[in-house]
Amino acid sequence: MISAFSFVFFGKQIFSFMINKTVANVSEALDGVKDNMTFVFGGFGLSGIPENSIAELVKRNIKGLTCISNNAGVDDFGLGLLLQQRQIKKMISSYVGENDEFERQMLSGELEVELIPQGTLAERCRAAQAGIPAFYTPAGYGTEVEEGKETRAFNGKMHVLEHAFDADFGFIKAWKGDVAGNLVFKGTARNFNPNMCGAAKITVVEVEELLPVGELDPNQIHIPGIFVQRIFKGAHFEKRIEQRTVRPRK
Amino acid sequence: MLDKTGIAKRIAQEVKDGYYVNLGIGIPTLVANFVREDIEVEFQSENGVLGMGPFPFEGEEDADIINAGKQTITTLPGASFFDSAMSFSMIRGQHVDLTILGAMEVSENGDIANWKIPGKMVKGMGGAMDLVASAENIIVAMMHTNRAGASKLLKSCSLPLTGVGCVKKIVTNLAVLEVTEDGFKLLERAPGVSVEDIEKATAGNLIIEGNIPEMKI
Repeated sequence: MISAFSFVFFGKQIFSFMINKTVANVSEALDGVKDNMTFVFGGFGLSGIPENSIAELVKRNIKGLTCISNNAGVDDFGLGLLLQQRQIKKMISSYVGENDEFERQMLSGELEVELIPQGTLAERCRAAQAGIPAFYTPAGYGTEVEEGKETRAFNGKMHVLEHAFDADFGFIKAWKGDVAGNLVFKGTARNFNPNMCGAAKITVVEVEELLPVGELDPNQIHIPGIFVQRIFKGAHFEKRIEQRTVRPRK
Repeated sequence: MLDKTGIAKRIAQEVKDGYYVNLGIGIPTLVANFVREDIEVEFQSENGVLGMGPFPFEGEEDADIINAGKQTITTLPGASFFDSAMSFSMIRGQHVDLTILGAMEVSENGDIANWKIPGKMVKGMGGAMDLVASAENIIVAMMHTNRAGASKLLKSCSLPLTGVGCVKKIVTNLAVLEVTEDGFKLLERAPGVSVEDIEKATAGNLIIEGNIPEMKI
């Protein structure tokens, strides 16, 4: 959808173009998701996860999914909801210690799991986003992670060849976005989200605040709209805290 | 013998002025509480923050501001947030000066295992493999023996490895040790612990040279 609007600049009327990425709701945002697809999900623990898209995936109950996400949620929230319904065939994650159902499905062999180093996960997203097919990293050399992969010495140190992800949809949570798809993240809810924008064929972003163009300062944008295909305002954000740690007031 | 807090206190002495430090989950997290107040240090958490502060006051917790252990935290003046790829650019690019992490096993050549017990516990490596593969300065914080009383300082690790030949220093409830070409070199004893106690609890090669001083906590 390309829409043009005109405005007056130094007395002359000029045209400016922007590409509107908004979709009406989560249902439209997930148009085209099917069984056996591969998805990337932003978030670290439960922070910065695309809650609305996950809820819609639960509703549609599509199966056989390969899910790439740093963590696998908890039993009753985040990707744990997809695990409950046995929608996930394979998980690619770095840390899954918070989810009993996950552990049960993995140890019983129902769920295929590929555990990879966290920095490698981030870089495999970034590589997909950036058109880099593969890269060498020192992480995992001499461990199970290296098995079946090419290794090579650079400057006397061994490295492992890792490949960019190839995903169908990316589900992203941002704090603010404008209708052109420009994004701003908040705090550590940023995490993998920016690296996953543009890392899949279709990037779907849910935001807490959806703004008209011109409302975000171009200097402060974390991810330009070019990496985003669909953006919508999430209907509800629970933003559950996984480990509530506080100190007493003096 | 030290408790977990004691281990953290001893490791805090290794944190120097101007260091950027990454703290793992568990005992390493406690280290932040005991760093000298007259030095400038910034703590990095691999989920995307530099300049981590203490836990928030009750009622001020924010689901969008957490550490790598998923705990709610605060930030200090001068802090910054960034994405995961940039976070690991700091780590793999050796911009982080000191990494402190826990372990299930360490071998005498500096291999570390801390992410998996086959058939029993599979939580994943998180950022540990990136950290140990890249960091120049890695200190392991752990108990000297496991719950069954078996040594965690071994000739070679029995569990799946997290990294090879990377650990430089180990602080346990019994001792401070340096990983050398010939094995674990005993540097310090915990208060009230004898060299014999440490020998008994160490399965890997232990190098004892001269008088071993007691830790100053």
